[in-house]
Amino acid sequence: VNLADWVVLLGTMIGIAAYGSWRTRHTRSLNTYLKGSQSAGWGTIGLSVMATQASAITFLSIPGQGFESGIGFVQNYFGLPLALIIVCAVFLPMYRRLAVYTSYEFLGRRFDRKTRLLGAGLFLLQRGLSAGVTIYAPAIILSTVLGWRLDVIVVFTGLLVIVYTVTGGSEAVSLTQKWQMAVIFGGMVTALAVLLAKLPEGLGFTGAAHVAGALGKLQAVDFSLDASRRYTLWSGLLGGLFLSLSYFGTDQSQVQRYIGGASLREGRLGLMFNAVLKIPMQFVILLLGALLFVFYQFERPPVFFNQSEWQRHARGADGATFLALEGRYAAAAADTQQAIRAWLDARSAANAAVESAARAAMVEANHRADAVRSEAKAALRAADPRTKTKDSDYVFITFILTKLPHGAIGLLVAVMFAAALSSKSAELNALATTTTIDFWRHFRPLAAADEARNVRVAKRFTALWGMFAVAFALFAGFAENLIEAINILGSIFYGVVLGIFLVAFFIRYVGGSAVFFAAVAAQTLVIVMFFSLNIGYLWYNLIGCAACILFSVLLQAVLGRGAGDHEGRTA
Amino acid sequence: VTRPPQPDQRSDAEPPGLPGFRTWRRVYLFVFGWFVLVVVLLAAFTRIFS
Repeated sequence: VNLADWVVLLGTMIGIAAYGSWRTRHTRSLNTYLKGSQSAGWGTIGLSVMATQASAITFLSIPGQGFESGIGFVQNYFGLPLALIIVCAVFLPMYRRLAVYTSYEFLGRRFDRKTRLLGAGLFLLQRGLSAGVTIYAPAIILSTVLGWRLDVIVVFTGLLVIVYTVTGGSEAVSLTQKWQMAVIFGGMVTALAVLLAKLPEGLGFTGAAHVAGALGKLQAVDFSLDASRRYTLWSGLLGGLFLSLSYFGTDQSQVQRYIGGASLREGRLGLMFNAVLKIPMQFVILLLGALLFVFYQFERPPVFFNQSEWQRHARGADGATFLALEGRYAAAAADTQQAIRAWLDARSAANAAVESAARAAMVEANHRADAVRSEAKAALRAADPRTKTKDSDYVFITFILTKLPHGAIGLLVAVMFAAALSSKSAELNALATTTTIDFWRHFRPLAAADEARNVRVAKRFTALWGMFAVAFALFAGFAENLIEAINILGSIFYGVVLGIFLVAFFIRYVGGSAVFFAAVAAQTLVIVMFFSLNIGYLWYNLIGCAACILFSVLLQAVLGRGAGDHEGRTA
Repeated sequence: VTRPPQPDQRSDAEPPGLPGFRTWRRVYLFVFGWFVLVVVLLAAFTRIFS
């Protein structure tokens, strides 16, 4: 990273934050502070929804996912357009009709106070705990590869996001997200162009795609009904639908992005913008990873992409083992490269028998290289059981730092920071809004009449949540297991919250008491199942949602069908 | 004094205002059709390159 990179990186990051703060410094209205500009069009809303979902980990991990396992992960997004159509047709019109600040306020209107507080409380618990992770996770990777101090990255990103989110609230979040997305799109297009230009002469995109496909990296759609397969069309449609419906329809960090704006039409078009673009966008990011895989077949790849971790061991007491593995991997990679070239020659000769044999030899050579990589990871684990051997998150950033020209490196590092800031600001904004509206204002109804005080309180909660996130990220290094637990926690709660909202929208005779106790029972069931069964935690989204709906209907039947209609409406 | 947020008086009847789309139902159908097309193209991509 040289001076040009620093200028691009700091110029874009500080420039966007300063612009956002300056443009929104006079925000006095609570409505604008919590719901954004009343004149925002569909483009601003659409980019804001997209930027909120795309965190730094998206741009660090997803190319790595394409590199390691291929582009099949794109199927995870198949439920998203369907979920967004439901949100547009059912959720958004209701939120706007009731003019709510938070989605949990809607639960209060539809059911009662306790259900609203339950929904808001689950959101604060889940998002509040993960607030530090969204700063820490990219910071640890960037500090490892760039050699910068972890605490400096955490404090810098934390303070930057706190300053403009506190200053302009939701309006500043949307405004900065628009420019941050411009940096992200610009950076990703630059990286893709450089990667295509650096592929071996004569290979081109089509040749690279054929190599990636032959080595199993381009299976975008898997129609298999085998439940043990991680990504299939069916799991993507079903699991993705529930996950996306829960995230876009009920999670305040997303709801807040689209309930404001000039009109219902703008919100709807903003969501449809995401429904149309999200799958192609994720496909391109994954394809970039698959092309990186091909690129590294012709360049000598490192045996382990987290080089700082690898070198630490290579220079240690057991260094000879690691150096021997490096040598074996270099030989295996050279064999693979030779086998790929032989296959490409056989393809152009159009001799089916020779091509088939060359293809088998290429796949075999690739397996041998993979086996050495697995051995290298096992050696790392043997040397230090705490070592993280998943290095796919380091693939793209390694390419950026070693193959991109200066200036572009700064731009791509700015992409990571822009993504971190855009998702973090929306998260802080949502946490502060929920704390202010669903808790502080709810318990101080008289104070709600003082608009200036409401804005001041919302600003203080934004700053408090920001400082909590920074403090958590600074100490997260001591609690790696806690981070994983927090990620799992999200899936454990999401399903039940979605269940409450689906009952609210679609089963009109169920009342507040029935849904509240059903949600508590469903949440207990999910937690008990989590500790006693061994199933993928994504399934808890579906189980929690189904249990909540079923228990609500049963409980309402016990309480009496008419009871639901007379409850709530006051909270 | 806090002015309560005004409910959006414009209902589902508000048209999409896009050329060729007179109702929201048509917009949703278009998005659904686009989604199906994307999945078909991805399946074709898989078939061509795998």
